[in-house]
Amino acid sequence: MISRRIFLKNGGLALVSLGFAPAFLARTVAAADARRRVLITIFQRGAVDGLNMIVPFGERAYYSARPSLAIAAPGRSPDAAVDLDGFFGLHPRLAPLKPLFEARHMAVVHACGSPDGTRSHFDAQDYMETATPGVKSTQDGWLNRYLHAREHQAATPFRAVALAPQLPRSLQGLEPALAIGQISQFGIRAAGTGDMVQSSFESQYAAAADSVLHSTGREAFDAVRMLKNANLGQYAPANGADYPRSAFGEALRQIAQLVKADVGLEVAFAESGNWDHHVNEGAAVGLLATRLDDLARGIIALVRDLGDRMQDVVVLTMSEFGRAVVENGNRGTDHGHGNAMMIIGGPVRGGKVYGRWPGLAPEQRYEGRDLAVTTDFRSVFAEVVRGHLGLTDTRPVFPGFTAQTSLGFL
Amino acid sequence: MNSTASRHRTRAAVVIPLCTLTLLVFSLVSSGRSTVAAGSSAVPAHVDDKTIVHVLNRLGFGAMPGDVDRVRRMGLEKYIDQQLRPETIPDQGMTARLTSLDTLTLNSRELAEDYFMPAQMAQRRARQNAAAQPTESATGKREARTPEHAQMMQAQRQVFADLAQQKILRAIYSERQLNEVLVDFWFNHFNVFAGKGLTRNYLTEYERDAIRPHVLGKFRDLLEATAKSPAMLFYLDNWQSAAPEGARIAAPNTGHRAIPSNPRRPFRRPGQIGTLPRQRTVADLPPNAQNRKPRGLNENYARELMELHTLGVDGGYTQKDVQEIARAFTGWTIANPRQGGGFVFDPRMHDDGEKIVLGHKIKASGGEHDGKEVLDILASHPSTARFIATKLARRFVADEPPPSLVDRAAQRFRDTKGDLREVVRTILTSREFFAPEAYRAKVKTPFEFVASAARATAADSLNAMPLVQAMRELGMPLYQCQPPTGYADRAEAWVNTGALLNRMNFAVALTEGRVRGARAAQPSRGQSVELARDEIVDEVLAGDLSSSTRETVAKASRPSQAVALLLGSPEFQRR
Repeated sequence: MISRRIFLKNGGLALVSLGFAPAFLARTVAAADARRRVLITIFQRGAVDGLNMIVPFGERAYYSARPSLAIAAPGRSPDAAVDLDGFFGLHPRLAPLKPLFEARHMAVVHACGSPDGTRSHFDAQDYMETATPGVKSTQDGWLNRYLHAREHQAATPFRAVALAPQLPRSLQGLEPALAIGQISQFGIRAAGTGDMVQSSFESQYAAAADSVLHSTGREAFDAVRMLKNANLGQYAPANGADYPRSAFGEALRQIAQLVKADVGLEVAFAESGNWDHHVNEGAAVGLLATRLDDLARGIIALVRDLGDRMQDVVVLTMSEFGRAVVENGNRGTDHGHGNAMMIIGGPVRGGKVYGRWPGLAPEQRYEGRDLAVTTDFRSVFAEVVRGHLGLTDTRPVFPGFTAQTSLGFL
Repeated sequence: MNSTASRHRTRAAVVIPLCTLTLLVFSLVSSGRSTVAAGSSAVPAHVDDKTIVHVLNRLGFGAMPGDVDRVRRMGLEKYIDQQLRPETIPDQGMTARLTSLDTLTLNSRELAEDYFMPAQMAQRRARQNAAAQPTESATGKREARTPEHAQMMQAQRQVFADLAQQKILRAIYSERQLNEVLVDFWFNHFNVFAGKGLTRNYLTEYERDAIRPHVLGKFRDLLEATAKSPAMLFYLDNWQSAAPEGARIAAPNTGHRAIPSNPRRPFRRPGQIGTLPRQRTVADLPPNAQNRKPRGLNENYARELMELHTLGVDGGYTQKDVQEIARAFTGWTIANPRQGGGFVFDPRMHDDGEKIVLGHKIKASGGEHDGKEVLDILASHPSTARFIATKLARRFVADEPPPSLVDRAAQRFRDTKGDLREVVRTILTSREFFAPEAYRAKVKTPFEFVASAARATAADSLNAMPLVQAMRELGMPLYQCQPPTGYADRAEAWVNTGALLNRMNFAVALTEGRVRGARAAQPSRGQSVELARDEIVDEVLAGDLSSSTRETVAKASRPSQAVALLLGSPEFQRR
């Protein structure tokens, strides 16, 4: 309970200063346990350069390894890193997130990643989404295993939703999960006779002997009915939230819409692509900067839009691995190992960069080239599942893994 | 022929017991054949409709009305054999349909000169004009849209539109169905992403010249064609990968022929000399390419070459092998990408030291040949045989292909030194391919779904562009799969709630004529929609429908709606 009180004190002030309605303070106390917690995961596909996202400006080796790509230390340039704790700083395009960090609603875990050393996007994404690094035969994703471990009667078709054209590996598994590209387009669209066509399809799929199509069909039609009843209509984000006009911004906007519609959303998934910068990555400006700008503007819009609902929301970012410490010959970075994750939300004990920092000197690197991993990414996942979603026994979600003592960000 | 005969006997024996009563009754009514004949005959002409539809679904993009009869008359064995030799199948109708897509035959240099460079210049002029007149337009765009600019941009887009349309038109109309399946398969295997910079400018050439000619040829040839294609060189960054600092680099080449500048460098094989004069040399490189001084290794291609193109991720290689292969391919670059230039070997970028790749030593001073030697090693590696066999068996048989079949296909790959026609033949004539477990075992990808829906409804003339758009909505935009893995070939990637609803919506839109130009419900062959509906039931789906699907189709308020209900049905989602 201590953490919650601390949050109320710090968080209340911070949210007010960001322009949010303070009314939630009262509501929080009244309904803290009745409301549904929400986890929003963001997968940065392509392996973001964590060293330029959360910049270790206190490291000399960082600057010698990246003559053309390094982000200047705070104060050294107008486009310098935004100081977090005197050692780490945000990429300047992530500056919108700084108030969240100051308000202790944002934590970072650095030098975080997989015990498996693969530098293959495909494998590493698979390992991260199944949360079984090194084991390829895992059928289901970690988020789906969480849903399974916390099965409950009141689950709606919108309990787990990916705002993506395809269901990500993390959400695949025994429990139903939805993939939606556009919630406004969700349903059967037939001129005049939509209902008739829909009910025909519904009975076809209900009768299908094919179990995969049968159950997916049922989930689809349940969801269509529920969304129709929620009557979403035109959506206007609250608190002046301004989502970027990108696929990512659009996904977050719709997640916010579902959260507010109270359709039972518990786990949401959004993707942010294009992080694989082998060539011309850029430093304070350039390819990476453009992507980080989209990321930061998306997240801050979500936080503003959800307002006091952020009390129950945690946003977790992840990417399959980091990038090599030393820049390559094309002003880019090749596939690496350790990376950084961000955890944002009301319940977060933020304002801190967690994890043991291994250093960037050549002898401190993984295989002599990459940021070493000192925190298994599953420790972060497990802490979110336990500390935020409230599952006490996380072993079924992370088979074969026992988390060390918790990091303490939740 | 004995082995063929026994194979068919085996297959018929296993298929029949699993047939439903409904199907047997249906078969009797529709074809007048007796079950006794089907059960005892070993001749391919006596296979049931389900088996023929199975073959049409796997070798191609599903049945068109009339196909089942045609294949039955020809004989299944002969049909499969003919599809394996597409060069023997007349396809003039296809050629005629593609004539209006006039960028398809241009080479990359012509495309650059006629389309991409003018568009780029127009865009630059538009930006300059906009900068001179700082008032922004109402849309907030910083470019002043002149008619000239708009026209150039449209022309540029046309190149990609032509390519996407031809892909879908060929899948629907080509008589060489297996060939089109394989072009799709191998493009996806050697995937490149249209959205990555200049990759887009090279796509037409890539599919036409690197992929298409080799899909039933030798794997080694296909591999090298992709390795040297500017599309791949650009997409996986190899064109910029150069010897790391401190590496041994061949001295700059000043001659007009790519003769080795290091006099002590031995030629690896005498035969190699003959290939040299055809190469372009550094002296041919345009000035801006020469001014660019890339340095440093880029491992992207080397890694994907092993993981995705040849050995597979468990194929037994290390990070060290990745680095060594990246060194071997340094200098494999593009002459001048903005102007549509082709492959060139640039010795100044090449790390000419010795390399050890998967235990093989590649001697120093190999120059361009280093890369070819790597391709030799990889193409003949047993892991490659197994990886390719597995992927092909997954495409043609089941998501988890039977190990016995993968073993035989991999063995065939090794025995024939990677003859893809023979590997595919092994799969398509296997008992596993005809086993009842394989029937409707695959969920169609969106591409297979769209192409098969268009084939099923047999629309005679069709504007493919709306279908290209539909591919995006169905989550599989053509040529726009970003990761080098290509699109997944497993059911779980394509069966989810949103995707399923999208398919039903596509079926409705197609039959309502909302997919412009593809008026499936109004076939232009003078048929009635009722006939189209019956053809889909009887031929395309071989009468194999659940009673629920039959009922809903029977109750449809109009025939076009019945067709929509068929195309969106669970049965039609499988192949």
